[in-house]
Amino acid sequence: MRKIETLEMVNISKSFQGKFANQGINLKINSGEILGLLGENGAGKTTLMNILYGLYQPDSGEIKINGKNVRITSPIDSIQQGIGMVHQHFMLIQNHSVIENIALGYYKTPFFFPKIRIHEKVVEFSRKFSFAIEPYKKVWQLSAGEQQRVEIIKALLNGADLLILDEPTSVLTPQEIKELFRILNDMKNEGHMIILISHKLDEIMDICDRVTVLQKGKIAGHADTAGMDKKSLARMMIGRDVLFNVNREPLPKGEQVLKVSNLHVLGDKGISAVKDVSFDVFANEIFGIAGVAGNGQKELAEAITGIRPVRSGTVFAGLKNITNMSPRKIYDHGVSHVPEERIKFGIAPGLFLYDNAILKQHHLKKFSRKMFLEYGRIKNHTRDLVDSYNVAAHSIEVQIRNLSGGNIQKLILGREISEKPSLLVASHPTYGLDVGATEYLREQLLKRRREGGAVLLFSEDLDEIFELCDRIAVMFQGEFTGILDSSDSEKLSDIGLMMAGSVRY
Amino acid sequence: MEDVVISVLHRTMVAGTPLLLGTVGEVICERSGILNLGVEGVMSVGAVVAFIVTYITGSPWLGLLAAISAGMILSVLHAFASVTLQANQVVSGLALTMIGLGLSGMLGKPYVGKPLAVKMNDVAIPWLSDIPFIGPLFFKQSPFFYMAIILALAAWFFLERTLPGIKVRSAGENPRATETQGVNVTLLRYACVITGGAFSAMAGAHLSTSYSKSWIEGMTAGRGWIVIALTIFSLWNPGKAIMGAFLFGGVFVLQYLLQPIGISPNFLAMLPYLATLLILLAMSLRDRRRLNAPAQLGEPYKRGER
Repeated sequence: MRKIETLEMVNISKSFQGKFANQGINLKINSGEILGLLGENGAGKTTLMNILYGLYQPDSGEIKINGKNVRITSPIDSIQQGIGMVHQHFMLIQNHSVIENIALGYYKTPFFFPKIRIHEKVVEFSRKFSFAIEPYKKVWQLSAGEQQRVEIIKALLNGADLLILDEPTSVLTPQEIKELFRILNDMKNEGHMIILISHKLDEIMDICDRVTVLQKGKIAGHADTAGMDKKSLARMMIGRDVLFNVNREPLPKGEQVLKVSNLHVLGDKGISAVKDVSFDVFANEIFGIAGVAGNGQKELAEAITGIRPVRSGTVFAGLKNITNMSPRKIYDHGVSHVPEERIKFGIAPGLFLYDNAILKQHHLKKFSRKMFLEYGRIKNHTRDLVDSYNVAAHSIEVQIRNLSGGNIQKLILGREISEKPSLLVASHPTYGLDVGATEYLREQLLKRRREGGAVLLFSEDLDEIFELCDRIAVMFQGEFTGILDSSDSEKLSDIGLMMAGSVRY
Repeated sequence: MEDVVISVLHRTMVAGTPLLLGTVGEVICERSGILNLGVEGVMSVGAVVAFIVTYITGSPWLGLLAAISAGMILSVLHAFASVTLQANQVVSGLALTMIGLGLSGMLGKPYVGKPLAVKMNDVAIPWLSDIPFIGPLFFKQSPFFYMAIILALAAWFFLERTLPGIKVRSAGENPRATETQGVNVTLLRYACVITGGAFSAMAGAHLSTSYSKSWIEGMTAGRGWIVIALTIFSLWNPGKAIMGAFLFGGVFVLQYLLQPIGISPNFLAMLPYLATLLILLAMSLRDRRRLNAPAQLGEPYKRGER
């Protein structure tokens, strides 16, 4: 018995601090349908879905299930109505086992000895959708794909007929994405309805039946994916044409700015994460490092920028040996860093924009005199950054956590390249950003290249690597399986195999 | 010789009882994510309230009941500050200790030095108390001892083998995720803080109506702080708290025992804290995850913040 045959959101509006996040949104979905919710970051997709899930209350508007008005004031209500949600940042308890996580939200969990009953349920589900999951493993030991499956089981166990997935593929490997889409299609054939929040056009085209596009909190259009092409969808999303192919003009190789020789680095668990890696990067070049997450890219980036100790081997910036120097000294020698997980490592979320604009630079003569910071100059500098890097912020005197991911990243990038470093180490700079911000950031990286800088780019997004890089190294289990020239299309066609370690050049 | 050993071990059990009660309460409280440094104060209020009510009514059980109620009411202050107002839990907890110590001193002023006519008498359990050695140690004890052991085991069962136990632990690990699963984290944390207060007050009641039969200001003598240390020492596990509490109880007894042979009681009084530091050091050198500390312990949780 399905609880939901059709679901409608009628004229939904919601504002935060006087700014509309959603305005007059109408949306409809029927059972056995996958609806894509497409839009840039900050377009209001997640807000809209959080309203449907009961985490936020709309200022006005109605939610109708099977034509009848329902009131959803908390997640408990929405779960009872048959709505489940898989959040972008998984709502899982890392230190608890799969079973404990599922027991927490399942409405039929018995009071005593809950783990025994849930174990049966998990086994039943993994058989039904034919995927493997180890019920007694702790969540932190699971891969992102497995964690997502736990989230899906959680929602389905509570009888979710409508499953909302917020950016479900952003943390998955290509194989895991395929697997997820298979599970979603199985669910759809069983009569479930699915809302998929995404800003990736390909995914929407791949799996959705219909798509609703949001732009700046308003509906920009509805469409059947069958009759659409990527270009027009993209235009609908950002209201203009997107640059799908960035032009990268050939430039003469400059002088050597980074030389890494026989580098060995340990990972968090004390196991060797980077093994005997050697390469060099030249001015006027973007050097890309591709690979599936967790193959030593993070450790390599951290070792070069001084955050992680180098076990053996050397790192030279120009002629200067910077091996195991402090991050500040390495920065002073012209190596700057756009770290991954920008909220965690790139900014101090509770500090103001202008504080964040000079992290790592506070000691420079122009920002401080003896022990004291020169706030006048710092604020002027911040205003310059905000203007020249298109950071959308109504004031520089707000906590930076109030900005969207794209704007935070623009400020970080601006901060890191405004001093014109000889090398910029950029780790997943466009990860999780919308098309507009991604395009902007990529242009800025290319601009650095034109101006005689060098960029060491870590990315899992192969399109990004191909678009931007002059040379590409592929990393697998801490080693390079090859360094290729981006014009070498013959060898580049094997890049998937190189990422899996089965081909080496 | 055997008598001496039994007597020392018996006193160890007695000394460990309030530590165990307090620790179990603090474990439940901290597992839900709230750090309560007010144990010393609540314990003290529990002691004085139990004493006064017992003194007036002549029933130590009524005294215990009154102490528990007082402990719960007092803990609401901390719950309100740390859960509702999302204030700094360290500051609020310390304030609770000060309030508790001051309040108990004031309430107890007229009763200082007056002995109780009745106290919570030891209860010998039939048959079991006749077993040699073990009998007098474990089965000829004050009701507080039995309650402490049973409550500790019950708390372990509650946290590890029941659904609400999973909810409490989840709230301490990740309140936002817990809330999205339809759990009222605010209510849950209130309940845990108040439960912790009840346990601390019981520990206090033990001190004034069983351990000794009198009230003097400052009679908790730092036991509340040892409870905080014990909570960490037992790695937030009520089962391990049983071992820890009696180990630390033994150190208490040793303070008196070793004084004649020239070992300073101050040195021994330091041992519980030293032991906690060493345990923390040893555990964190091995594997951080094994430390088992609730991930969001002491972090205010703001609902609905983006």
